[in-house]
This record gives sequence, structure tokens and C-alpha cells, in this order.
Amino acid sequence: MVTEKDVEHIADLADIGMDSGELAPFTQQFNAIIDYFDILDRVKGEESGVRDLYNVMREDDPRPSLPQKDVLSNAPASEDGFIKAPRVM
Amino acid sequence: MTEAHVIVGLEVHCQLDTKSKLFCGCSTDYRNDGPNTHVCEVCLGLPGSMPVLNKRAIEFAMRVAKALSCEVLYESEFSRKNYFYPDLDKAYQITQYDKPLAEKGILEIDGDDGEKKVRITRIHVEEDPGRLVHMGNAERGRYSLVDYNRAGIPLIEIVTEPDMRSPKEARKFLNKLRATLEYLGVFDSEKEGSLRVDANISIKGSERVEIKNITSYKGVEKALTFEVTRQRNLLRRGQVVERETRHYLEARGVTQSARSKEMEHDYRYFPEPDLRPLQVRSWVDSIVLPELPDARRERFMVQYGCSVNHARTLTGELRLANFFEKVVEPDPAGLPALAATWIADILIGELNYRSMSLDLLEPATFTELIRLLKNGIITDKSGVEVLRVMLDQRLKSETTETPEVIVTRLRLAKTTGDDAALRTAIREAIAENQKALEDYRNGKAGALNFIVGQVMKKTRGRSDPAELNRLLQEELSKGA
Amino acid sequence: MTGTLSFEPDDRFNAFLTTCRKVSHGSGRLAGIPVAVKDNISTQGIETTCASKILKGYIPPYDAHVVRLLKEAGAAIVGKTNMDEFGMGTTTENSAFGPTLNPLDTSRVPGGSSGGSAAAIAAGMVPMALGTDTGGSIRCPAAFCGIVGLKPSYGRVSRYGLIAYANSLEQIGPMAKTVTDVSTLYSVIAGHDPRDSTSYDRSYNHIPSVEIKGLKIGIPQEYFGKGVDPAVGNVVQKAIGTLEQLGATTIPCTIPSMEYALAAYYVICTSEASSNLARFDGVRYGPAADVKKSWHDAYRDVRRAGFGEEVRRRIMLGTFALSSGYYGKYYAKAQVARENVRADFSRIFSKVDVIAGPTMPTTAFRLKEKSDPLSMYLSDILTVPANLAGIPSISVPCGKVAGMPVGLQIMGRHFDDERVIDVAYAYEQAVRA
Repeated sequence: MVTEKDVEHIADLADIGMDSGELAPFTQQFNAIIDYFDILDRVKGEESGVRDLYNVMREDDPRPSLPQKDVLSNAPASEDGFIKAPRVM
Repeated sequence: MTEAHVIVGLEVHCQLDTKSKLFCGCSTDYRNDGPNTHVCEVCLGLPGSMPVLNKRAIEFAMRVAKALSCEVLYESEFSRKNYFYPDLDKAYQITQYDKPLAEKGILEIDGDDGEKKVRITRIHVEEDPGRLVHMGNAERGRYSLVDYNRAGIPLIEIVTEPDMRSPKEARKFLNKLRATLEYLGVFDSEKEGSLRVDANISIKGSERVEIKNITSYKGVEKALTFEVTRQRNLLRRGQVVERETRHYLEARGVTQSARSKEMEHDYRYFPEPDLRPLQVRSWVDSIVLPELPDARRERFMVQYGCSVNHARTLTGELRLANFFEKVVEPDPAGLPALAATWIADILIGELNYRSMSLDLLEPATFTELIRLLKNGIITDKSGVEVLRVMLDQRLKSETTETPEVIVTRLRLAKTTGDDAALRTAIREAIAENQKALEDYRNGKAGALNFIVGQVMKKTRGRSDPAELNRLLQEELSKGA
Repeated sequence: MTGTLSFEPDDRFNAFLTTCRKVSHGSGRLAGIPVAVKDNISTQGIETTCASKILKGYIPPYDAHVVRLLKEAGAAIVGKTNMDEFGMGTTTENSAFGPTLNPLDTSRVPGGSSGGSAAAIAAGMVPMALGTDTGGSIRCPAAFCGIVGLKPSYGRVSRYGLIAYANSLEQIGPMAKTVTDVSTLYSVIAGHDPRDSTSYDRSYNHIPSVEIKGLKIGIPQEYFGKGVDPAVGNVVQKAIGTLEQLGATTIPCTIPSMEYALAAYYVICTSEASSNLARFDGVRYGPAADVKKSWHDAYRDVRRAGFGEEVRRRIMLGTFALSSGYYGKYYAKAQVARENVRADFSRIFSKVDVIAGPTMPTTAFRLKEKSDPLSMYLSDILTVPANLAGIPSISVPCGKVAGMPVGLQIMGRHFDDERVIDVAYAYEQAVRA
């Protein structure tokens, strides 16, 4: 059972943006799903971690990069070859 | 309170000197090129791209693990560290979390109280994020510019136990680590931004403070010294040290609280599903380590007769050690004594003063300089002058002259007894300093040194002081 | 290039998000064959949106590995098909660009998330298409639209260029009207790709065979139990009877881990998705982040505006399952559950060659019928086990209930894709004859 406050915290972690109006119905649905997930409590044992493929690596050979115009072509805004982003400080 | 109360642990991030990035084929040689010119769909985090691990990065990290006597884990894996920042192209960093490459190592340093073993907690491999440039101002609006050329450069993170007891020890650890990584051929300390350090520091009995993102060797000692003072002052005033993260502001030499509304980080690590786990422990046996700093230091003492301090200094940096050996190569018996002194005591200082790389100076030219000194062609003082000219010419990319040409052009050849100009200078000095002469004659032997100094001034340091002393006495006895 | 093809379909069912009117193509096994590609597979120069507003306008500068292979085989890539946003759905209603309708009954969904590909084939607009299957997204729409769809063994088809929803579960796979066409398309896309570290060197060069005499088929009781429409169960039982007539024998079995397989599946796929979908920040591509705002505000706004409701829900669920304090209870447990599912299958496959059952518990839902998220999740119960185990699974049409098609699902051992294709082929040929 998670509370609206928990859901707000998760929304913050996920940086997903949740309006206060959404919170109550979302929490209700969220709880229904999490209740269903709780069946995993019945799973016993530890993960063995055994995989069938290891050490998949490539040689250290440089390959051509994308042309700068292709790098910038999908960016909404760029400046002198840099990609523009909202301020982080 | 004494230094013994300080407890320091480090997390050192070094760029591994591979040719291509950690998870894609983009070249790591980006420093002289424009922004976003060394990127592809993988390191730009374009949807659908997938990482493929660079084998050499793992080989390099294994070398480090072996050199630091670490245990390589039987199985290690990559995980995603999830956080959202515009320079982090995929919104997660591929790193190693609960299954790092190696653990439990040792690096021996020349500590405050002699030899000291700093314990290594773990070594892991991860990718570097891109680079952010902050633009604009409060009036015109602020924004950031991102360059992803650095994104995906392989990093090795080396975490120590809190085993250092002073900022100076932390500095020494870093220097030793840098030397070791360079000897291993996996790291180039001269590449800009190739090192970043986070430091944990506490004063015994108080909370621990983490200092983030120190980007220079000197910065580590400065930041920690600042922090020790800050924390001691707090305690002295009866206040408590808060457990927090602080940023080091390189330009001002201070640390500043990173306190913000940011909540406690929850990185939601989980194994990277696009990469396979590693089982590389068996590689350890096939790694042949090169000669490391300690061994080279011992060899320099035995083979070249270097003093322990000179040997330590010369082997403390790969470039320096290689330079020294090349300089003395033409005459391994005759040159080392003078070369060691001149490199360790003079050249390093002159290079640092100019923020100049040793790479700009050819060892053979330096050998010539040492020979001029050894053969008594110039005095030590003139030697320094010649060296400065040599360095300045290289720094300014001017036409370079050989030491001999510089000596000739600047007339720096040592004065000799039959040099008429020298005799004149001696006579002038005697004539101009009758008071000192009197003192000397009245038994004050030191007064003669003053006159020697006056002669030196007149010959611009071209005279050998012992020789000068002899000539001066000769002149005085003549006059008597 | 050896030819040009014009493609101007009457897309009444909203199967396509992008169509390419004039397409040039080369020679090869698929020379001149129009192939549709699900919109979560990167196509150089062609908008690729995952049916999400957050990728509107995104034009990949590179081709997915499978797209490169299609082009090398001479195929004409005629368009990008509709889907549930990022593959998150079972109906193709969760598309930001409107639902796809089931061509057999436009009041019903085509299934999802590869509903556009299935509808395009069912409506005869293309003979074959690529879909992707994370928890049933190829097989479900194949069943609902009455076509054939294969989820390959994990690692047999490169995922390079597939916009990741849940990396450890999903595969690109072939969809077509017939098993033969599925097999042909599969032979083009299967094989090793060094750019996908999870890919294996297992190419597929198989001609389907109807010979299944002596084949042992496991019939898991859970596939005919609670939650499965008995009418659907009956149609599938009859189809299995046909296989018996062809010389196969059936052996009852159980998959006890199915009790929690669906929960494990949703924990794993949402966890991976929460991380995969964080990169859509409006900086490098997609609708712009507002650079006048601070980073976190701008990032949050882009995500709020760009992601649909179901995507937001799954990001939240995955963030929760990975968050500190819950990782052990959800993510770690789901990994153990997944191993148990694998162990169940490997135990059964020591006694049988393939496992058969219905693909979906019901026939195609009516539009908006599955408005409650949990009830929609529950409809994936029969398809997710194959994704958790990484085994091949095919859905082949096997009859109808009230006029809507039912899919017969055949699962096989890891890398035994040839066998599941043969069984589907044997059935298809038997009922066609």
C-alpha cells in the first residue's frame, strides 16, 4: 500500500511531473497494480545469476563518427556546434 | 590538535588512454576538434543504439588491478546509474556497482611518517559524461551548451579506504597513483581533464564531508587543506561539522556547500541488460607488468648512483624518468650525477614556472647543456640562463638554438685567469670597495666574499667562484 | 537499386504512421516486396516516433540492423506502422496518433502493441511486416487479426536500432499472412550482429517442413484454466487435435511459475522502461525543452507533455520497483521468478519438443474495453512466459470464435525456432488442404 505522498516521491524521482489532481486516482490505480505485484513475495530462493554468454567485447579500433550536421540535425537548438540545453546551475 | 586527527579517503577517476570510446568506435582524440565532432548514435544516446564494450579498456583496468595487487572478481558486470542531466546522453551512466572489476588492493606511498600502505577498496570501469558550458547571464537568460565529444570516454574509478592522514599524504597518493598509471601505459596525465577526484575528509570523531569534482593534482591538497581549516575552526568554536557534499571552487581555492533542494540521491542501479557479464580473472596471469615507479627508483639509485630524493623525484613521473635516461644515455657513467641534479632541482622548477610540458624539450639538447657544465665551459649560473633561453624558445615556438650557440651569442663562456676583462673587473672591485678590503685585512675573512660578489656582478656570473677567490687573493698579494 | 515501387494504400484502419509513396529497392530474396516496419525500429531518413509525441519529428541518422538487412535483401520499406506508445499496450489504442482498427471488425482492436503491422497485413496492404515482441506484442495482434507472427529466440535477431522498451525481454520478429512468408522474412533478419552484445551467431536458413510425426507436444494446464475464454480453449484444443492427427502426441504439463510470471514480467519491463525512457529530454532530439527554464523544470515539462498516460504509469511503476527500499522486494524477486520460469520450461522441454496453447485468453477486445490497466495487463498472461524464458514462440491462426480469429501458440526450446515454425506450418498446411 503506497500513499499519495509516496507516489509524489516516486514522481519526483522519475521527474515525470504529476499534477495534484492526478494524484488521487493515480495512487488508487497504482495500489491495485502493486497489490498484484505482491504475489512475488511467494517467490523463494536467490537469483543464481548464471548466464550463457560472457566477455562480449570489441577491439579498440576507432571508427568514423557521425558528421556534425547529422548530430545536430535532430537537436531543437544548437549554437556554434554545441547543443543547447536548459540551464543546470 | 595535530594532523593525525585528519582522515582522508579518495575516489579517483582517470580517463583510460584507449584509442576509441568505451562503448563505441568514436575516437578519443577529441581535444583539438570542435564540439560534437566525435560522436555517433551510441555516445549521443540516440534511441535504439546499443553499447559494445571496448576490450582494451578492460585490459587497461586489469593492468591497474594487478599493479595495485587487487583481487579481480570472478564475475563482474556493468550497471546503470540513473540520473537526469543534459550532459548524460542516455540519462544513465553505464558503470559498475555491486560487481566491480577488482577489489582490495594496496598502493605504497612515501607517507608523512615514512612508507605507508594505502588500501584500495575497489576498481571499476565506467563511461565519462559529456561536457557542459554555462552561458548567458541573469538579464539575458542563462542556458547551457553541451558537447558530447567526451561522452563515453572510458574512465577507471579507484576508491581508497580512509587511510590518509593529511592533505599532503593525499597529494602523495595521487602522485604515486598517477605515476603508476602512466608507467602502465594506460593514462596520460597531461591530457586536459583526464583526472577528477572526489575526496572524503573528516576530523576524528566528527562527521565526514565529501568534496566533489576536484580536477587537478594541486587542487586536491588545496581543497583538503581548506577543508581541514574550516572544520577545525568550526570545532574550535564549539560548532559541529555537518555531513554534507561540498564543491571545490578551483579559482577561489575554497569549498562550498552543495546544499540544495535536491533530495537524497537514489540512483536506482540495476544490471545493464544490453551488456554481458565479464569473467576475466584468468587474464591476470597473462598480464606482464612493466617496471613500476618503486622498482625504477631502486634501479636509478643502483645504476646511476642517484640520491634517494633525486631517484624519487625522477621516477615520480614517467616522462621525467624517461627523459633522464635518454639524457644520460650517451655517457651513462659520466652524466648521471650532474643530469639528476639539473633535472630534479632546476629543470622541473623552470618547466612548472612556464606550465610547460617536458615533451617540448629534446633530451639530446639537454645532454649538450649538461656536457657544457660538466666540461667547465659555463658556470652553473650561466647554465640556468642557457636553459631558460632554450625553454622560452620552445615555448614560443621560436627557432631553437643549441646550448653552444646560445653560450656564444650571449658570451656566457666561463672567464679564465688570463682574461684581461676579468683582471680589470677584479681591480675595479678592489678599488671601489676599500672598506671591505680593510675589514679583510683586519681579519674579517668574510669580507672577501663581498668583493667576490661584486666581481661576479661585473662578469654577469660567468666566473667560477672558487677560481675567482683564488685570483682575487693573487691580486691582493700582488698589491700588498 | 533495381526498381521503384509506389505505395499508396487506402489506410482506413490507421495502420501506418508514415508511408513512403515512392520506394526504390534492390535485388535479393525480398526484391521488390513491400515490407512495413513497426515505428519503434530506426529507419535512416524516415521519421521514427514509437507512436509517441515525445519523438515527433525525430529522424534517425542511422538504420536499425534489421532495416539494413531488409534493404540488402531488396525489400521496399514502404512505411512505419502504428503501435502502442513505446510498445506499452495490448491493443494499439495507446498510440499518440490514434488507435489502429482491426480490419476484420473495425469496432475491435487489432491487438498490440504491433497492431499496425498486423492490420496492414490483414488488410492486404503489405504481405509482410516487422513487429516487436516484449510480452506478446507480435503474437497478440497476429492472433487478433488472423495472421502469423513469430517471436524469435532471444538473441537471434539484432536489436540494434530497436528503440528499447525492455531490453532483456524484447525481440524483433516477422509477421505475415502465411508461415512461409514469416519464415522467409525471418531468414533475412536473423543472425549475429556485433553491435548487439546480446546477439548470438545463429542464422536461420530453414525451409518449413510439414513433417511432425512423433513430435511430443506439452499442453500446460494453465493455458486452458482460469481467465481463458472456454470457447477460445475449445478452438485451440481442436487445433491440437489436428496436430495429433498429423502424428504428434500430447503430454499434459504444468508451469507452476505462471502464478507470478505476469507480475515478474511487469516488474522487469517497467523497471527497464523507466531507465530507457529517461533520455527523452528534448535536448538532442524530439520536441524542444524550454531553454528559458531551469533544467529540471524543462525536463519535467517535456515528459509531462510528451508521454501518454500508460507510459507515465509504467515509468512510475519501474521507478518504484527500482527505488531504494523496494529493489529487493520487486526487481530482485522478479529476477528469481524469471529464473523459475526458465527452469519450468527447461524441465518440460526435457520431455516434450514444443508446448502448445492459445496465444491470447480471448479474441480481439472491443475498442476501449480494457480501460482498467490491470485488466489489460492480465490479458498478456499467456504470452509473457516465452519472453521471460527467451524461447521462440509463434502464433498461427487456428479458427474463429464468433467471427473473430483465434491464435494457436507454439513455443519451443531456445534456438529451436525452426521447430516451432515447422509445427505452425504443418498445422497451416493441414487446415488449408
